[in-house]
Amino acid sequence: MLRFVVKRIGLSIMTLIMVSLIVFLMTSILPGDIAKQTLGRDASTEAYEIWNKEKGFDKPLVVQYGRWMGGVVTGDLGISLQYEQPVSEILGPAAGKSAQLAIVALILIAPISILGGIAAAMNRGKKVDRVLTVGGLSAAVIPEFVWAVVLILVFGVAIRAFPVSAFPDEENPNIFNSIYHLLLPSIALLFVLFGYISRITRAGVIEALDSDYMRTAVLKGLSRKAAVFRHVLRNALLPTIAVIATQVPYLAGGLIAIERVFNYPGFGNILLDAVIARDFPLLQTAVFLTGAVIICFQLIADILFAVLNPRIRQRVTE
Amino acid sequence: MSTINTPTLELRGLEVAYTVRGIDRQVLRGVSFSIAPGEAYGLVGESGCGKSTAAFAAMRYLPRNGKITAGEIFFEGKNIVDIAEEDVAQLRRSAISMVYQNPATALNPTIRIGKQIAEVFALSGASKSDAMAMAQDALTKVQISDPAKVMRRYAHQLSGGMAQRVVIAMALASNPRLLVMDEPTTGLDATVEAEVLDLVRDLRRDTGTAVLFISHNLGVIRNMCDRVGVLYAGALVEQGATADLFDNPSHPYTVGLLRCIPRGGLHKSAERLDTIPGTPPALGTHFDGCVFSARCALVEDKCRTVQPQMVNISDSHVARCFHSDKAIAIPHSIEKIEIKSTSKEHSAIVGESLLNVSHLSKVFTQDGHQVRVVNDVSLTLGVGETLGLVGESGSGKTTIAKLILGLVAPEDGGIITLDGKGLAKTLNRRDVQDVGAMQIVFQNPDQALNRRHSVTRIVSRAVERLRGFNVSDALDRAHELLLGMRVEATLHSARPVQLSGGLKQRVAIARAFAGAPQLVVCDEPTSALDVSVQAAILNLLVDLQKQDGTSFIFISHDLGVVRYISDKIAVLYLGRVVEFGESNQVFQGPHHPYTEALLSSVPNIDGSSRKRIPLTGVVPNPSNPPTGCVLHPRCPRMTGSGVEHLCTSTEPALNEVEPGHFMRCHIPLDQLRKVQTQ
Amino acid sequence: MTDETAKQTKQTELSERLAVLKKNKAFIVGASILAFWIFSAIFGKLIARYDQDFMDYESINSAPSLKYWFGTDSNGRDVFSRVIVGSRIIMVISFLATLLGAFVGASLGLTAGYLKGKYDMILMRILEAISAIPVIIIALLAVAAIGQSSPIITILIIGFIFTPNVARTVRAAVLGESELEYVAAAKLRTEKTLHILFREVLPNVLPTLIVEFTVRLGYAIFAVATLSFLGAGLEAGSPDWGTQVADTWTLIFTNVWWPTLFPSLAIASVAVSINLISDALLEVFEL
Repeated sequence: MLRFVVKRIGLSIMTLIMVSLIVFLMTSILPGDIAKQTLGRDASTEAYEIWNKEKGFDKPLVVQYGRWMGGVVTGDLGISLQYEQPVSEILGPAAGKSAQLAIVALILIAPISILGGIAAAMNRGKKVDRVLTVGGLSAAVIPEFVWAVVLILVFGVAIRAFPVSAFPDEENPNIFNSIYHLLLPSIALLFVLFGYISRITRAGVIEALDSDYMRTAVLKGLSRKAAVFRHVLRNALLPTIAVIATQVPYLAGGLIAIERVFNYPGFGNILLDAVIARDFPLLQTAVFLTGAVIICFQLIADILFAVLNPRIRQRVTE
Repeated sequence: MSTINTPTLELRGLEVAYTVRGIDRQVLRGVSFSIAPGEAYGLVGESGCGKSTAAFAAMRYLPRNGKITAGEIFFEGKNIVDIAEEDVAQLRRSAISMVYQNPATALNPTIRIGKQIAEVFALSGASKSDAMAMAQDALTKVQISDPAKVMRRYAHQLSGGMAQRVVIAMALASNPRLLVMDEPTTGLDATVEAEVLDLVRDLRRDTGTAVLFISHNLGVIRNMCDRVGVLYAGALVEQGATADLFDNPSHPYTVGLLRCIPRGGLHKSAERLDTIPGTPPALGTHFDGCVFSARCALVEDKCRTVQPQMVNISDSHVARCFHSDKAIAIPHSIEKIEIKSTSKEHSAIVGESLLNVSHLSKVFTQDGHQVRVVNDVSLTLGVGETLGLVGESGSGKTTIAKLILGLVAPEDGGIITLDGKGLAKTLNRRDVQDVGAMQIVFQNPDQALNRRHSVTRIVSRAVERLRGFNVSDALDRAHELLLGMRVEATLHSARPVQLSGGLKQRVAIARAFAGAPQLVVCDEPTSALDVSVQAAILNLLVDLQKQDGTSFIFISHDLGVVRYISDKIAVLYLGRVVEFGESNQVFQGPHHPYTEALLSSVPNIDGSSRKRIPLTGVVPNPSNPPTGCVLHPRCPRMTGSGVEHLCTSTEPALNEVEPGHFMRCHIPLDQLRKVQTQ
Repeated sequence: MTDETAKQTKQTELSERLAVLKKNKAFIVGASILAFWIFSAIFGKLIARYDQDFMDYESINSAPSLKYWFGTDSNGRDVFSRVIVGSRIIMVISFLATLLGAFVGASLGLTAGYLKGKYDMILMRILEAISAIPVIIIALLAVAAIGQSSPIITILIIGFIFTPNVARTVRAAVLGESELEYVAAAKLRTEKTLHILFREVLPNVLPTLIVEFTVRLGYAIFAVATLSFLGAGLEAGSPDWGTQVADTWTLIFTNVWWPTLFPSLAIASVAVSINLISDALLEVFEL
């Protein structure tokens, strides 16, 4: 077990290094001159050179990469070109905001989607199942910004049930009000995530329902309900939750559109601003940190899955 | 409630249908039989005949698309066809239990064994701690040596035999009056199967439970059951006391089934196997007359239009046939093949040395452990001969075959020579001649034939590559080969999926013979097939061998089959050859103690009883083999042999104990002969 | 004679699959919607009632009416015409991007799954790293680095980002297939690796690849629309749907919902239609 954990952590670190390289090389090698983009086309060549020298962009790539990574490891994330402030001071609060939104969203999404998946599996092939699976996946392929815009239109503008900004009221900044403001963006995320999570859950539950041990349980004389509770859910949901943990962060990309539409000063909004302003020190680090968070999630999920599942892989030779 | 006259289970005219693609297809056709208290009733038949459906119907547990369309199921006199789901659960909790195939998957992988068994006791009202104590007792009853330890294990930590004991313990936990066993030992190794069957026999003696025993294996049925029913296409065609039915089969199907099994020391040199012509009908086929009429040698017009009723053969024996008196004398079916010889380029004399393998080893690295799967194997095989490779799962049979073929590279030091010529270690370093000279027929034709290619293409491409034919010549040759394997021309353009299992295997054989091979490895070629189809395939292989002088390496877990087709036998244990010799020498003995145990574990279809020589314990982990002779912790003959100290300390060499007969054992041959003939 | 039966069996297999498809309601709905959008992508100008850039200063932000079915935007342009004409941009970009991703991904997946070993190890690490970053974020990073956006750049970026997913799916399928004994049988008749890959294994992986293609196509619509919405796809003012929503959505607070809603619905309908088709294919191929 320990060997597995060590090996898995080693792999994650390798992937993380690879991510940093990809992020770094994309910004360095792809055509497009940062100085030109920042100072504008009309600046003189000398101005470009001075600017590059000032920002350290004249150094060899290896040195630049080493300096960046060294900074990341020691907690020095560099200086934003756009705000001329340390990147950590900009990203820190924004990440906190995004985390709030993500937590509210997940508390809403996870139970609904898992229950949806279980309901679909238990009614396999029936109408409920078709509606949940086809409907859920169809909703999932519609971009977040479309959901966000449509939700604002319907609930914010037409019937005025929800605030159209995710920001809590100035005069009333208590936790309930904050959550209330985060509900509409969370619902937009729910539409996109429900399909994935419920499908994964459904597959897990169906596999367990069809298993020989489920048959054993029923033939032992357990009622179907008891058999499902004791034998199916336990086996189906643990791996399902692990899979969800590895999948959900991918959809973090969706936060960008949601935060933009709901005008929420989170990580995604900062990232998008950095793209528009070509603020590469900020952008590089933000993208790298996103990757790092996702890799950590996957690592934790994998290890949890291995711990919770008593089966240690045994391959038979013949 | 249950008196001596009330059967424990009685099926009356039971009909079951499965809905497949919107159409109801009948699987059971008016099946009636009854099982008295304490009786063991066996149901036999080939795949698809409905035997498992009958078993699950008796448990009131049909698949989602299955339904009982007519008939009744009485349990202790009470019709259970229409009772409520809760009452069914009550029956399962208290009176009827089931044991099925694949014990490993039947146990919940994430719950400890003890808790799973205790669940049954808890269901009948025991307290939590009582239930755990009772679970431990239950494990003791099924002769598990360290029940406390097994209680804490998970399913994947148990061997197949152990898992089946646990499932049996669970089934017996409710003190059932009826135990339904559906292929309980299929997929287990012979020695493990024998142990499980012994256990079931013991338990039955102690508990007096009635048993419905389902198996495709006639030998198992013969040894386990008081009465037997034979199912064909969902209809019960014959039923009788076990000895009556086996000794005096009275339905043409039963007769055919018994005849096509190689048994009683039958050998290819003496006799062809009988086959049942044709194939079993597709699911849900409609019959006006007898279900077997299409394949029956005694068929008359009447058979095709009128359904025969059960005819009394004796007091305890009935058969559903108009000609039950003539059935036992059905003429033997003769199947002839005509193929233009595939190879005449190498016309060596039968018996002359063809293949020489020496010091072949293979080490796999698995999770950081070195596992020696094949250990210093040396074998020889002559032209036109068959070498049977025998051994339980994990003994290295298939790996040896792959090493010889070059699919897997052997460790340094291993030498393979074919026809006097040393072969490169791996396939891609061998020339076309060498590759074509050795081919293989795999166990599972579904995986061995590319499902996207036509039958013709599968064979012609091999002809093209291995014999250098141009495309049109290769096509002609492919058709010729396929016809020779009795694959009709209309099927040549079909995809494998459209063929039956037997036909697919014929295509695979045609492909193996495409390059005019000198040696063909047959890796369990008939294990996935029904016995009637198996016989035809074996006949085909023997004919091909006689005609072309092809040599075979034949891998099978079925000792009857191996004995029928082999001239030489190598017995493997933990990647080592423990015995090697002429087929007669190996089968008649004196045997290596492992061979002896293996042979004695085969359930005998002839009904003669034989003392079983048990192997104790489980197969050791090959990454950490025992010291000395690898068999010594399990050896049935070591104790009292006088050479125990050698057995536990030194690994014996493969010695020639009599001319042509090699054995890896410290016990002198004469001593073995003496103890084995006692 | 044998050729005839071959044709027949092929036909029955195909017609059986088609029959299953025809019965699938979701497929019919999906295929009809997609067919409509493909038609407008090709013949959009013929269906459009006005030029997509024609500005009617008399009716700015006018609500849907008989004259302007979907209303007009803040520049007085006909929303209906812009939605119809805009279909071409997103569909062509998405299709080409998916094609690129599928081609490169399938090649990498095939070779990695079959050759295994170090090549597979390294490739998978790289692909894993790429897919550790959400699609939209890595695309934004690329757009920022290149410093400009154009349809070609969007195609290249999305294609590149989709490569790992396709490669992994194909690799998994190939790994499963290459365990099967027909591959050993091909080696035993001295077939070359390329032949085994493309003639033996690929046909068996093809259904997986087709389904993966349609699934990716759905995501491509998703990604292209999102990128244009975020201003990283095409220049503002283009009739592209995502751009239209980006240009107009703030108007919804003033109850001018039509310039935003109709392109939004268009995006949703294409994405859903492709999803319905891939779902049906999944069922028909029994994957």
